[in-house]
Amino acid sequence: MALVLNSEAQLVRDSALEFFADKSPVLMLRKLRDSRDADGFSRPLWREMADLGWTGFLVPEAHGGSEFGMVGLGQVLEAAGRTLAATPLLSTALIAASAIDLAGNEAQKQKYFPGLVSGDSIFALALEEGAHHNPNRIATTAKRDGDGFVLDGAKRFVIDGHVANQLIVVARTSGGQNDRNGITLFMVPADAAGVAITRSAMIDSRNAARVTLAGVRVGADAVLGRIDGGADPLEAVLDRARAGLAAEMLGSSSEAFERTVQYLKDRKQFGVAIGSFQALKHRAAQMFCEVEVTRSAVTAALAALDENANDASLLASLAKAKASDTAYLTGNEGVQMHGGIGMTDEHEIGFFMKRARVAQAMFGDAAFHRDRYAALTGY
Amino acid sequence: MAALDIFRAETRVWLEANCPASMRTPMPTDEGSSGGLRAEYKNPETKLWLDRMSAKGWTTPTWPAEYGGGGLGKDEAMVLEEEMRAIGCRSPLSGMGISMLGPVLLEYGTEAQRVEHLPAIIKGEIRWCQGYSEPGAGSDLAGLQTRAVLQGDHYLVNGHKIWTSNAHLSDKIFCLVRTDPAAKKHEGISFLLIDMAWEGVRARPITLISGYSVFCETFLENVRVPAGNLVGENNKGWTIAKRLLEHERKGIGGIGAPGAPTADKPVYVIAKDAVGEVDGKIADPALRNQISVQLMNTHAFQLTRRRAAEASEAGQPPGPMSAMFKYYATELNKTRYEAVLAAGGDQMLGWEGDEYDPNHLRNTREWLRSKANTIEGGTSEVQLNIIAKRVLGLPD
Ligand SMILES: Cc1cc2nc3c(=O)[nH]c(=O)nc-3n(C[C@H](O)[C@H](O)[C@H](O)COP(=O)(O)OP(=O)(O)OC[C@H]3O[C@@H](n4cnc5c(N)ncnc54)[C@H](O)[C@@H]3O)c2cc1C
Repeated sequence: MALVLNSEAQLVRDSALEFFADKSPVLMLRKLRDSRDADGFSRPLWREMADLGWTGFLVPEAHGGSEFGMVGLGQVLEAAGRTLAATPLLSTALIAASAIDLAGNEAQKQKYFPGLVSGDSIFALALEEGAHHNPNRIATTAKRDGDGFVLDGAKRFVIDGHVANQLIVVARTSGGQNDRNGITLFMVPADAAGVAITRSAMIDSRNAARVTLAGVRVGADAVLGRIDGGADPLEAVLDRARAGLAAEMLGSSSEAFERTVQYLKDRKQFGVAIGSFQALKHRAAQMFCEVEVTRSAVTAALAALDENANDASLLASLAKAKASDTAYLTGNEGVQMHGGIGMTDEHEIGFFMKRARVAQAMFGDAAFHRDRYAALTGY
Repeated sequence: MAALDIFRAETRVWLEANCPASMRTPMPTDEGSSGGLRAEYKNPETKLWLDRMSAKGWTTPTWPAEYGGGGLGKDEAMVLEEEMRAIGCRSPLSGMGISMLGPVLLEYGTEAQRVEHLPAIIKGEIRWCQGYSEPGAGSDLAGLQTRAVLQGDHYLVNGHKIWTSNAHLSDKIFCLVRTDPAAKKHEGISFLLIDMAWEGVRARPITLISGYSVFCETFLENVRVPAGNLVGENNKGWTIAKRLLEHERKGIGGIGAPGAPTADKPVYVIAKDAVGEVDGKIADPALRNQISVQLMNTHAFQLTRRRAAEASEAGQPPGPMSAMFKYYATELNKTRYEAVLAAGGDQMLGWEGDEYDPNHLRNTREWLRSKANTIEGGTSEVQLNIIAKRVLGLPD
């Protein structure tokens, strides 16, 4: 497992950093928010990302992708995190591409990959039902109905839910509410009869939605993977999502940290730069260490996922836990060290703290992943 | 076969034939080999292993062969390390000679100094200690007061060093002394090599909170030090002093690395034994969480160490990452022993006696020892100062 980027990944990283700095600075998110943009992201920009090949990084070459992998996509997500860019990279290029690739059959791949790679289709994973991430706790039901199924249930925190063309719904086909067995994944068109989607307005001004399914009929061809056997591919998809999100969070944390250090040099009080105060210096130095250590965990997780390494799940949990703790630290310290200006909406540092808080909770917070790390290690 | 593969094959054969069986087991803390005239070898194979390795120069694999070092390139040294790790070889020699003074003599010493000191360090014949700190000069090391006055062909040295690790077991001491009291404090310091057996040198052991006596007060009273024992230039010792500290901190930054001596069992096993388990989980969720935080931070830090090593192999400059190693490794090591103590409960609170498992007693003493990690070699606060200044560029 390499922890240092090869030249190809470095190239992707450099061009992604340039792309987001240039075309999607934090100001872009502010504009989307203030104009109450219906999509919550820029479709023309999404098209450009597709043209750069980023939507196809996890898609097999036979289906128009590049199979460039998680390390590559992680570089793009990290760069997007630096400017808090609102994009469907996570929901579509990462989660949907992985779900279809890992669980889908040939017909499904042929059906969904072209639109995914071209940027025409947006996908959303409809998983969560409670206030905390819990991928096994599924009450949404899918009952047999002739050849097909009927789905009923309520989902929340569905990333990009209201702009998606396709939902990937996690439903229960058998078993009790907390059983790993009996979970099945379904491809459900967002405009299917009985699907109701309402956008959630979250603190990070990014896309999320509630989805209710009331007597939604789908055919047998909607089943993604094995009936009752959805938990395993779902876990593999979630591990990629955790590592990818951790990469995004690493980007946001690095940016918030660097901006804060710059502010410590610029802002003067008592006739000197506030960065000369040791109380702030030490906390800045500690943040530096945490960002560096987080970078190592994130890079290791991305690489392990590409290699299907035995410890990929362990590393994904490590990366998400560290990224969550570090995002919490850099977000909160960022606001505190900016003083009053940090509390204003006009200043951008608060955007980082708000995004951090949502990303922390997404796909398992630090406590969730510490518990999982312990379980995977055997204690 | 490529040259490196041949080297690997030969090294493997040699290690297999020459590394004694007991030297392939984890090292108990009291069997470390630091060499020196006063060394006592509890296990005779420790000495045998030292002699065999030093004959090949492999106690210092990358030092030049002309002084008795291994003369290996970086790649070969890495192979040697890998092959030693593969069969669990103990390090044959440790100490301030090989980790701190030697590299500095290679960089700043005269040819005569290298010829005199390096072979003895490599063979483990002479043990060195470090005379930096004084009662009035710790973090503010450059405030040191030990005086050295040049009198013809020798310096006359008077002063009081403290916290001198293992001075009572060492043969020689490298000392920072003030040679120009009128100059600015960083500009009047020199670096001298002194023999502990010379008249006027006296070391008095100090008992630590762990009950062990690993450091001393060292008194220097009218000690006559030949002028040839000055390393570098007169009054220019501070540069050398700082370089040596970099080597020291790099060494301490390796603490808690895989293979370093640890508790006898994984900490979560200690916890399960002590509080029981429910569905395979440690029964106490707060303790379980504490252990996860510790193990996960350790894991992420080990990956950071590896990332730095890979970056340096790839020819990238060490970058700002290395600045954090001393700080992070030592803070982490303290949390490691805190977790062990938390897991063990009152079994880990024993001082001595048959009532307690010897492994537990050792853990407890190591817990006390670990508190020094964030003080010795420059405190954590000083490391944070360095990161803030040198890496982040924050103003004084
Ligand atoms: C086990 C052990 C072995 C040692 N071995 C050796 C040895 O072999 N040779 C040798 O020369 N020395 C040795 N030392 C000494 C060690 O280097 C010093 O203890 C250390 O540099 C701190 O100095 P001090 O003890 O005077 O503490 P002080 O400098 O008095 O520090 C006290 C507290 O003040 C803080 N502080 C001081 N200055 C600042 C600052 N500028 N900003 C913020 N906080 C600050 C410190 O971080 C610390 O918390 C050893 C120490 C220990 C514990």
